[in-house]
Formats: sequence, C-alpha cells, structure tokens
Amino acid sequence: MPEPVPTRPQAAPPEGEARQRVLFRAGGFEPSAGRIAPWIAFAFILAGWQAASSSGILPALFMPSPAAVAAALWNQVTSGTLLMNIGYSVERIVWGWLIGSSLGLLLGFAMGMFSLARSVGLPIVSALFPVPKIALLPLLILWFGIGEPSKIAVIALGVFFPYIISTYTAVDGVPRNLIRMALSFGVPTGAIVRKIVLPGAMPGILAGFRITTSIALILLVAAEMIGARYGIGAFILAAGNLMQTDQLVAGVALLSILGLIIAFILGYLERWLLRWR
Amino acid sequence: MDLIVESVSHSYGEVTALSDVSVTVRDGETLVLIGPSGCGKSTLLGIMGGVLAPSAGRILTRGRAPEGCLNPLTYVFQDFALLPWRTVEGNVMLALEHHPLSAAERRRRVAAVLDLTGLTDFASAFPKQLSGGMRQRVGIARAIVVRPAVLLLDEPLSALDAQTRELLMEEMIAIWTRERTTSVYVTHNLVEAIRLADRVLVLSRRPGRIKRMVEIGVPRPERAAPEHAAELARLHDELWSLIREEARLADREIQHA
Ligand SMILES: Nc1ncnc2c1ncn2[C@@H]1O[C@H](COP(=O)(O)OP(=O)(O)OP(=O)(O)O)[C@@H](O)[C@H]1O
Ligand SMILES: [Mg+2]
Repeated sequence: MPEPVPTRPQAAPPEGEARQRVLFRAGGFEPSAGRIAPWIAFAFILAGWQAASSSGILPALFMPSPAAVAAALWNQVTSGTLLMNIGYSVERIVWGWLIGSSLGLLLGFAMGMFSLARSVGLPIVSALFPVPKIALLPLLILWFGIGEPSKIAVIALGVFFPYIISTYTAVDGVPRNLIRMALSFGVPTGAIVRKIVLPGAMPGILAGFRITTSIALILLVAAEMIGARYGIGAFILAAGNLMQTDQLVAGVALLSILGLIIAFILGYLERWLLRWR
Repeated sequence: MDLIVESVSHSYGEVTALSDVSVTVRDGETLVLIGPSGCGKSTLLGIMGGVLAPSAGRILTRGRAPEGCLNPLTYVFQDFALLPWRTVEGNVMLALEHHPLSAAERRRRVAAVLDLTGLTDFASAFPKQLSGGMRQRVGIARAIVVRPAVLLLDEPLSALDAQTRELLMEEMIAIWTRERTTSVYVTHNLVEAIRLADRVLVLSRRPGRIKRMVEIGVPRPERAAPEHAAELARLHDELWSLIREEARLADREIQHA
C-alpha cells in the first residue's frame, strides 16, 4: 500500500458548522423623486399656513393667508390688470432673451470655431461677464429712454454674456474625433457645422437656456422695480409701498408660476432635442 | 488603385514620430501595419488618408478609383466615431448626403450596405442602444457605402471583446474577398495580422522606420486549413521576434506626449 502523500492541512469540512447568512448591506444612497409626495407636502404647507393665518399667529400685515393671496389674484384677473402686467413682463423678457441669446449663440459659435474670434472675444467677454448688468440700466436709460427698449436691453445684455460662454464651451467640447471623421469623408464645412457641431453642442446650449432664463427673470424684476409703471416687478413694488401684502405675495406667486412655465418648456425642449441621449 | 507613400517623415514638435517611410499599397491587397505602441502607426495612417500633413515626403495614388467611388481614401475608426444623435441609417447616410445622388439612390446604397453588414434590423436604432460589435459594423458600413478605393483601418477591433472580434474578423474577410477592397490595417494583434494580411509591414519603435516587410504566402481563404498551420505559426514567430525587443524597449521609454 503506498504511503499517503502529505498534503496541505485542509480547513475543517464545512458540514457540521453553523451556517450564517450573508446580509444585504448595500442599501441607501439611491434617492428617487416620487410623484405624489410633493403634492401632499405642498397641500400640507398650504394648510398649515392657512391655519396659522386664521388663528392669528401670522399677522395679515406681514404675511397674508393663502386664501387672501388667491382672492387678490382673482381680483387682478377680473379687473384685467393681471393680464396687462403679465403681458408687459412677458413681452420684455421674451424680446430681451431672444435678442441676447441669439446674439450670444452667434458669437459663442464664432468663438468656438474661429481662432480670431476666440482670441479677440475671450478676453473681452471675460472682462464684461462679471459686471452685474443691472448696473448698466441707468446708462441704458440715458441711451434708450425710460421706455421698453432700455428694459429689453438690460435683459438682453444679462443673457448675452453667459450665453456666449456656455455656447463657446459647448462648441469647444464637441468631440474632435467626430469632426475629423466628417472631414475624412469630405463633408463640407457648412454641413459639418449643421450636422455635427450644432447637435454636438446642443446639450450645452440647452443648459445655457436654463441659466440665462433665470438671469432674465431676475433682471426683468429688477428693471421693472427701478423704472416701470406696469409689469410684475412694478406691481410688487407698488403693492409693497401701499402695504398690500396680499397683492405683493400674489405677484411673487406669479413669478414662481412664470419660472415654472419656462422650466417646463425647457424640459420639453430638452427631452425632444436630446432624445438620442 | 495603388497608394504610394514616398519618403514620409513626421514630427510633432520635438517628437519625431516617423522617419523616412516609403511603401506602396498595391491595388487589391491588405497591408497590415504592426509595431510597438507609439511607433507612429496611427500617424502614418493619418498621413496616408490626407487627414494629417506630413512634415516631409508625400502621398500619391496611381490608377483609377473603382466605379461609383465617392471617397477614395476612407477610414474606419478605433472608437467608431458615430454620431450619437443619428440612427444607424442616419450615420451611414452621412457619408452620402453631400454627394450629388438622388434620394432613392442614397437609400438604395444604404440599404445594400446595411444588408451586407447585417444591420438591416437595427437601421433605426441609436448608437447607444448597440453593442460595441454592432457599432463597429456601422463604422464599416459607413466606410464601404462610399465604395472606397483604399480602406484605412486603425485598430478597428481593439475596443471589442475577443468573441466579437473573431466574428467581425470573419465578416470583414468575407467582405474584403467579395469586394476586393484594398486596405491598410493597423493592429497590435499578431493573430489579426496573420489572418488578414497579404503583407505585414513591421515598424520599429519611435521614430518609426520600416523594419521589415513580411509576405503572408498562404491565400487568405485557406488560412484556416490545417496543412498551413505550421507555416502560419512560423510567420507568427517571425513577426513576434521582430517586434519583441522593440516592444520591450518602447515599453520602458518615458512618454513625452
Ligand atoms: N497630436 C500629437 N501631438 C504630439 N505628439 C503626438 C501626437 N499624436 C501622436 N503623438 C506622438 O507621436 C508618436 C506616434 O504616435 P502614434 O499615435 O502614431 O503611434 P501609434 O503607433 O499609433 O501608437 P499606438 O500603438 O499606441 O496606437 C507617439 O509617441 C505619440 O506620443
Ligand atoms: Mg494608434
């Protein structure tokens, strides 16, 4: 009979020992946003607010009740002033944003694509970008008068600079290998801009929309508070001067709604234009 | 069409990537470029297709491009270079859109290459929905839709897993054989080189020079046959012995780029 070959000492056979379960331990850190929870929370806040107002904890002079705000809003609707104020504000913001962003888009593209535009443009833009554009409103009023053009111009200016930067960054970030691919297939320059640079920069351009629309909203209200008879900003300021807090809060609520509508439109645009992602 | 590389050298600033390379790619052949990492294979391929201007030397073509050729020197890219916002069909179409063809002719050509590369069912999928192998099939379809005279491939399979690589290599061999495509194929993989090449050009480490041209004498369709196994193994060893020391030295260099 052969000698048993010496082997490495083996661990005791697992049978007979108590088995232990490996517990799941990688939970958490995966937040997700629900659909119903926000509405319930919103309702609770409104209800609490209303209760605080009704019971007198919140003095109406400092903070009107939701019901009072709703009534003030409704008053504005029926008297027609709401629509007029919104009309002025929307017109200013739309024109200002359109002018500022289309010019910004054009220059951002030029700076993203041409050395000359980049070397001239970048320092100028960098120098002017940090200036809070509302500081230019007095100057713009001197140029254009107190009417609509000065307000539109201040919004356009405020939108223009960040827009150049985000467009330029987006164009600069279009993968070089895609452009080289198109060049190697002999695709003409114009078609490369249309078919590769523009769609490639689209995510950055749309991200720029988000930033510039919120800047436009801020400048709108600021400009309307400084020198306007109509518009949501002027309306809020007038209400404050008369201590009509219900009107004031109604105006603020309007701004929130305006912002939400803009965000909704942008979200839709993003889903549609970036459906390939 | 022949593609003639005439004493081409290239430097990137201080770094000399290629030094006096002359070679002729003959009509109908597959020339494989191998060499250690950083020896200038991609640089040479870029110069061959006219997307990189050489510091010295020139590239010439001789003879006529095939019937219906739209882009004589056409690339297949290692990273596929597909437009993520276009479908498979749109990506292939890109290569035709700026040529004066009727819409019907374009669609017919695209449908034909999608069929050839097995992509017909994926025509309206976006690149992100595809596996790596399928993406490279799109890259190949886009290249052959223009009926190139010379196909330039820079490690087209190196981003793929081993099985996909095997499958795609078989398909490429079938397409090459059918279309008699002239091609220049860069790879690190000696097995790929021996399967695909008519001739293998071995480059030395940087600055890349021609070290040896190795003919693969066995006709491509017969390379799987057992009676050629010994010969192919010998070629593999020959290539490896040419590359081995170069690769070891190249590996130990300090990178400048
Ligand atoms: N754009 C560039 N600027 C500067 N140096 C570069 C550039 N492109 C390549 N090089 C350098 O030139 C040399 C050759 O590069 P190339 O990409 O042609 O090598 P390769 O043989 O294709 O390498 P790999 O096998 O890694 O793909 C390398 O040393 C690389 O660092
Ligand atoms: Mg390379």
